[in-house]
Amino acid sequence: MEKQLITRGLLAGALAGLVAFCFARIFAEPVIDKAIAYENGRDAAQAALNTAAGLPIDPAGPDLFSRTVQSNIGIGVGLIGFGAAMGALYSVVYLLCLGRVGRIQPKVLALLVAGAGLAGIYLVPYLKYPANPPAIGHPETIKPRAALYLTMVVCSLAFILAATWLGRRLAPRFGNWNATLLSVLGFAVAIGIVMAILPSLGELSANVHAYGHHATETPLPLTDPKGNIVYPGFPADVLFSFRFYSICNQLILWGTLALIFGPLAERVLRPVMERAEATGGAGSGVTAAAV
Amino acid sequence: MSTMPVSSPAPTSVPTPLVVSATKARLWIGGALLFGLLAYYFIGVDQGAVSVFGSDMHIHEFVHDSRHLLGFPCH
Repeated sequence: MEKQLITRGLLAGALAGLVAFCFARIFAEPVIDKAIAYENGRDAAQAALNTAAGLPIDPAGPDLFSRTVQSNIGIGVGLIGFGAAMGALYSVVYLLCLGRVGRIQPKVLALLVAGAGLAGIYLVPYLKYPANPPAIGHPETIKPRAALYLTMVVCSLAFILAATWLGRRLAPRFGNWNATLLSVLGFAVAIGIVMAILPSLGELSANVHAYGHHATETPLPLTDPKGNIVYPGFPADVLFSFRFYSICNQLILWGTLALIFGPLAERVLRPVMERAEATGGAGSGVTAAAV
Repeated sequence: MSTMPVSSPAPTSVPTPLVVSATKARLWIGGALLFGLLAYYFIGVDQGAVSVFGSDMHIHEFVHDSRHLLGFPCH
């Protein structure tokens, strides 16, 4: 049964990635192109300022793949690969949740596990460190930024696990509804403390040293030595669109995953459940748990 | 009407909770976890802060747009 569920999870994840790719190609890519156009214009303005001041010009980043490859094949491979990876991890969590989180219908459990995955892997870390388009993010801070982001991912996943356990412990005393509310509250307090402790990206020491105190790394207007603005700050509408489509993309990915996997899992589980019920739970490798 | 017996829900309408033993399914679970974590790492993390292939940037640049859109820190 684990083989059937995990292969179906992988397949559903890859399909979800494909759907997310279609969305991203149509809606997100034009925004990414605007962000890259901003970045190129800003680099040119910076180079002109540096030349005028007799300073060396920063070398451009590597162009290993053309924009055409990146924005068609690259993003497709990335999203389908991410979808397949999430499908594999998701099916393992689904498998381990069976019978351990109460009496939940297979399709409902598929939605709940996908919701937990969306929140733990993306949405909760996003609250502290939202997705950024190209042009935002200083190369010199990639190490602390990656470490902080992964810290948020690990903490939110661990706290979701703890909240699920807590909810199961509280359910006999407070009932399902109140136990769920209490464990969600516990999760919010715990992740809130972590978010309060972790620094904002703009407050990383390399950024404070180079740019002063700011909340984020979003580029501010570029000024010449006299203080005149020679290139604007990052356009707010482009930033909003990118972050909005980033959320839509993950909602589509996890939603598609759950909606494809749920019915498939039900078809796998239904005969096994009926057999386990008929034989009083003495199935091979599968046992009926007392709730 | 009042004498009609209230039918109890059919036993199959409520799923019997199944518990899959993690030790029995360890090969499939282990393989799926390994694949999932490796793919997550190479799509989201590698060739940024840490890199298993040294200073090469091919994977990073190839999946560049998805890395940004999926919310990973980039550059």
